[in-house]
Amino acid sequence: MSMLTRFGNALYTGERSFDFVGRRVVWYLVGAGLVLAAIVVTVLRGGFVFGIEFRGGSEFRVSSPALVQEQVATDAVEALVGASSSPRVSIVGGDSIRVQTEQLTTEETEALRGELAAAYDVPLTEVTSSFVGATWGQDITSQALRALLVFLVLVSAVMAAYFRTWKMSLAALTALIHDLVITAGVYGVLGFEITPAAVIGFLTILGYSLYDTVVVFDKVRENTSEDGDESVRTFADSVNLAVNQTLVRSINTSVVAVLPVAAILFIGSVLLGAGTLRDIALALFIGIIAGTYSTIFIAAPMYVHLRENEPEAKKRMKKREKIQRPASGAVR
Amino acid sequence: MVTSSVVRAARRAFVWLGVIFLLLASGNAFAAFNNDGSWVPKLALDLQGGTQIILEPRLAEGQTVSDEQLAQAVAIIRQRVDASGVAEAEVTTQGGQNIVVSIPGEPDQATLERIRSSAKLEFRPVLVSAAATIPDPEAEPVAVPEDSGDWPTPENASDLAWITPAIDAEFQNLVCLGLDTTGANVADPNLPLVACSVEGFEKYILGPVEVGGESIADANSGLIPGPTGVTTNEWGVFIDFDPTGTTQFRDVTQRLVGLSGVQNQFAIVLDGKVISAPRTLAAITDGSPQISGSFTQESASVLADQLKFGALPIGFQVQSSETITATLGLSQLQSGLIAGAIGLALVIVYSLFQYRLLGLVTVASLVVAFALSYLVITYLSNEQGYRLSLAGVAGLIVAIGITADSFIVFFERIRDELRDGRALDSAISAAWKRAFRTILASDSVSFLAAVVLYVLAVGNVRGFAFTLGVTTVVDLIIVALFTLPLMQMLGRTRFFAAGHKLSGLDPKALGAVYRGRAKFREPVAVTEVARKKSGGEAKRRQTIAERKAQAEQASGATGGEK
Repeated sequence: MSMLTRFGNALYTGERSFDFVGRRVVWYLVGAGLVLAAIVVTVLRGGFVFGIEFRGGSEFRVSSPALVQEQVATDAVEALVGASSSPRVSIVGGDSIRVQTEQLTTEETEALRGELAAAYDVPLTEVTSSFVGATWGQDITSQALRALLVFLVLVSAVMAAYFRTWKMSLAALTALIHDLVITAGVYGVLGFEITPAAVIGFLTILGYSLYDTVVVFDKVRENTSEDGDESVRTFADSVNLAVNQTLVRSINTSVVAVLPVAAILFIGSVLLGAGTLRDIALALFIGIIAGTYSTIFIAAPMYVHLRENEPEAKKRMKKREKIQRPASGAVR
Repeated sequence: MVTSSVVRAARRAFVWLGVIFLLLASGNAFAAFNNDGSWVPKLALDLQGGTQIILEPRLAEGQTVSDEQLAQAVAIIRQRVDASGVAEAEVTTQGGQNIVVSIPGEPDQATLERIRSSAKLEFRPVLVSAAATIPDPEAEPVAVPEDSGDWPTPENASDLAWITPAIDAEFQNLVCLGLDTTGANVADPNLPLVACSVEGFEKYILGPVEVGGESIADANSGLIPGPTGVTTNEWGVFIDFDPTGTTQFRDVTQRLVGLSGVQNQFAIVLDGKVISAPRTLAAITDGSPQISGSFTQESASVLADQLKFGALPIGFQVQSSETITATLGLSQLQSGLIAGAIGLALVIVYSLFQYRLLGLVTVASLVVAFALSYLVITYLSNEQGYRLSLAGVAGLIVAIGITADSFIVFFERIRDELRDGRALDSAISAAWKRAFRTILASDSVSFLAAVVLYVLAVGNVRGFAFTLGVTTVVDLIIVALFTLPLMQMLGRTRFFAAGHKLSGLDPKALGAVYRGRAKFREPVAVTEVARKKSGGEAKRRQTIAERKAQAEQASGATGGEK
């Protein structure tokens, strides 16, 4: 029998239990530390590195050149438009060359395409050119930010209505913000370029992070609503039990969700190099892991935190103390 | 009998799923045979290769684009692209103000020019003209005098009263050399305009617009006939006005014929530049003037096309232009598919490892979900012109995880119910009630994200949101109409019901106490230290009667379900 199944059994019955809720101060500190590190290191590094879509400029791609070498392209650009054009040349996916320059005129673009095709000994059709105005990335980002705000407002309302408490919405959103900051932080810390594809990745984390939190909170809601007045469990205990009971699900789901993303990340980086697939996958990869983590370690404890001082929960807490006084140092 | 009703319900679910498949498939077949649809979804440029041009409107400060103007511009650009002989071009709007033109293959420069020039044509009377002087860098610009306020109101478009001191100063300061025409299109048709000729040799003060390009019914290009009827070597554009234009043009020419000097001329202004300012020799009453300028055969034909299909209501400039070779597109598609295949294989291996043969249910469900998503996307591609982009493929791959999660939630619930001591068939129905609630709630969040992104975001984000939304809905359909009935059917086989070791639902392995109908075991509370320490062992040693009593007590006490 699978170890995880046995593990699941023990978690379900409460035979084994991880104290996610009780040691919340530790988890809060870990979460706050990560968020702070993400922000501070990114700022110290000089902010995010933005892709060409945000800076504006011209981009050329040479598919399967005879010679995979960066210098050839650099020389071609400098010969044509001068060294001041500061070309960024990179090898993408092992068999194509990407050249990014500042914005060129139509004539310069055509000329450089010809030069690159000649320099790399490929037909002209194998050299693509793109040009991006500096406003394009801003457009897409401002739209995305607006979408983000609308989504957050809507989803808080939906969750508050579904769970009948805004406290769950608040806890879920806090976890979400934690995930977003950490994911963006990885880009900032490692100096990866932020491209529109990466922005898509960030936006998907919204859906995923909340999705994961809703699944766990649904069990929390079930457990806490089943606790009647006679229950020996405190509110915190019920929540902790729910998190433990769904732990195997959380592990399985995150593994299953991460596997295809890891496949995209691998294929994207190895075969394609910098591009849509890699950028989406990287953001998702980090986001899914952070999303699963934050549901368990941040959203659930925070929910308890928010509800603990309600009279109902306090009453139960007192009662538990009465019954359980000698055993307050429970083995966990 | 209870069980047979379960089987009937399961069969009914399968039938419904079949109906959905059949409808989509026949919709596709209909499109494939009648409207040159296809069984394969159309691919976006990044997978197919081609050129994508994003045009953004050139606006004066505070000016906005109305939906109507944008729709009009899209229609005009579409006609122009079609007229240039490019097949399968797509013109769409983006973010409520930009226009995206997607052209398969690589268009030539002339096509690009034809697409993006705004071709706003105006007929304005000439008030003053002068040779454009080469500016003296030392010269002080003519100061703009203060507006005295009591300037006479002009009587008609040719009235020199239009030339206010401010306009005059602007005219004096106008340098035609290397003039930036950005924003030239923004000129207010009701006010006079200071403009240069296309070549930059002349500059003019022009009256308000008298006839607009929108009154042009037809335009052609050809060699201009000379006074004797013999064609000259000069290329020109022949315009036919619609009735309104004809009347307006007749009135203008009738007035101009009587005027002398430059006021006898009217200027033909294209995109803020005077392409020609002919003298008015006679009143043109038939509404068919000809425009001469320094045209070549090609530029005359391009202008004629632009005029025929209409001027854009607003000027546009290229915001980004991207060309992707077919090779690159193909390799991106292949990589995407390889990534998807690897991802799927990993998920299958993991499911089998975790859930044994139950993992096969996951695999079968994923396969059916994929087939359904594929049909939906192909159908929408045929009906709505949806194109699958690389971001869309990424959305599909990510969906594998979210879809598989629904099965995991369901399976874990079944296991929970088995742990509580239920028999498999009742465990399945009990688990379904709770799992479906969870799946519905979490899928709603996911779907909400997809809808908001689709409606509000632009470009690639939309392609991604679209597949995410489709797969979320497909996920719900599959889990309800395929996975559930499949589990119900399997739950009745000996292999699963008896909890074979490989079934993934072995109650012994799951630590269940007693298998029987509607037997509960309350999860041991974490705080109950004493009970916990001896763990399940003590429970396993209980008699059936003890357990029953405990179960009753527990369910009575908690008010839980019976």
